[in-house]
Amino acid sequence: MLSTFIGVSDVSPLSLLEGGPDGKAAQLLVVSRLPRTLALVLTGVAMSIVGLIMQMLVRNKFVEPSTTGTAESAALGLLVVTIFAPTLPLFGKMVVAAIFALAGTGLFLLILRRIPVRSIVLVPLVGIMLGGVIGAVTTFFAYRLDLLQTLGTWLTGDFSGILRGRYELLWLALAMTVIAWIAADRFTVVGLGQEFTTNLGLRYGRVLALGLTIVAVVTAIVVVTAGVIPFLGLIVPNIVSIAMGDNVRRSIPWVAVLGAGFVLACDIVGRLLRFPYEIPLGIVVGVVGSVLFLYLLLRRPSRAH
Amino acid sequence: MISISQVTKRYGRQAVVDDVSLELGGCGITSIIGPNGAGKSTLLSMVARLLPLDGGTITIDGLDVRTTPGSVLATKVAVLRQDNHLAARLTVQDLVSFGRYPYSKGRLTSVDRDAIARAIGYLDLEPFVDRFLDELSGGQRQRAFIAMVLAQDTDYVLLDEPLNNLDLRHAVDIMKLLRAAADDTGKRIVLVMHDINFASVYSDEIVAMRDGRVVLHGPSSEVMQSEVLGLIYDLPIDVREVDGERIGYYYR
Repeated sequence: MLSTFIGVSDVSPLSLLEGGPDGKAAQLLVVSRLPRTLALVLTGVAMSIVGLIMQMLVRNKFVEPSTTGTAESAALGLLVVTIFAPTLPLFGKMVVAAIFALAGTGLFLLILRRIPVRSIVLVPLVGIMLGGVIGAVTTFFAYRLDLLQTLGTWLTGDFSGILRGRYELLWLALAMTVIAWIAADRFTVVGLGQEFTTNLGLRYGRVLALGLTIVAVVTAIVVVTAGVIPFLGLIVPNIVSIAMGDNVRRSIPWVAVLGAGFVLACDIVGRLLRFPYEIPLGIVVGVVGSVLFLYLLLRRPSRAH
Repeated sequence: MISISQVTKRYGRQAVVDDVSLELGGCGITSIIGPNGAGKSTLLSMVARLLPLDGGTITIDGLDVRTTPGSVLATKVAVLRQDNHLAARLTVQDLVSFGRYPYSKGRLTSVDRDAIARAIGYLDLEPFVDRFLDELSGGQRQRAFIAMVLAQDTDYVLLDEPLNNLDLRHAVDIMKLLRAAADDTGKRIVLVMHDINFASVYSDEIVAMRDGRVVLHGPSSEVMQSEVLGLIYDLPIDVREVDGERIGYYYR
């Protein structure tokens, strides 16, 4: 609610009533403010849940699309479309980005299988390095083709440009998270490991494929619409995990609510700190998130892990 | 009955399990013993379809482990490997409930709830049901995993070194429990064991393996002989009778 009434132009319940349905305030609300708030909520929910699913699939608490090369791969895919088929509709661009994201995440898992020592911190490091390599390739071509600025908007979530007609794909991301909710128990079982999964009669490969598809599609959607919010998929599931454990069916609703709430709060802060200017959401989440994350890291050794 | 017929597993050129034929699970508790690298765990993993076979066939009550759907086998045989480090934070209640997944697919019926409560009660886990696994001691955690496997309610239970990392008291507790489970519920339990004396005291049958082959399979009194054990472990083992149990002495 609050999120829709904050902004440069005066939009308040009072001005809405005065202007009536055709007033300037109402129009602003429908065209810009409401889409923005919806986009924030949808992105927050989807990115948080995708982080949770990745953590179950990889069995590591420190992975999410921006620490596994997934987001960078999606951006590379989007760059390829922008160069070779710039007229493709948004949905087509998203599909290509999703395919790239899937391939990038698959590559990450392949590399992990080859690394014998599976230290907890090594896993996200590998992902960040892979993301760095893919990101470097993307940056090189973006630089050559003068697309650097566009690239920046894909990888740092900024919701100031969200208007009606430019965020609706995010509903598809929400649909993917509903699928994740339906399959929640499968993801918990996979989080127990391949041997437990087989023992309980599930096909490990299939659940992995389903999870990766959800992760890739959601990441691609977020990249083509608002841009990735770093850390979000890391912090939110970890907080929920500490509070109530990793039974996905039970934690998914909380991850969704907390994800949406966290993003909305960060967005409001970003819009108010330098009013009437804005600090991009990605930066606010990054700062708040890294502090929270440090706290999580430091309290971890006290647990028997 | 678990029928293993001419089963082979190779890693590179080396056969870890070499043309093994065996009938397992004819009675309460069967222990597989042998030195490191004898192929015990590999054999168990193949029976539990955790590893593919390179040759031969394994059937469980006539069901081929290679072709039978995993969801069907999951109601026939349950397996627990050693060193179960979970990254996921689950409560004891949740973990044991997932033992019912082959039946419930996540939606627990009253039958499932009964089985879960029984397994938890059987392993004396009631005080810990709401505790997270990472807040338990090694012995309690191992009991939680065994409760999960028992809740799966299968005729056959395969456990790979269930006493690993347990102190003496907990090791004895677990073995007594397994013995009781075999006697009370008619389960067929197959264990991979390192401690020959635990195997001797608690098993009905022992399978002795070395270099990927079965050296001897018979009643535990038959396998617990100085000559047999000496041959398997390349170590002089003096087997004596203590309180009617055959105990191997090999410490010096």
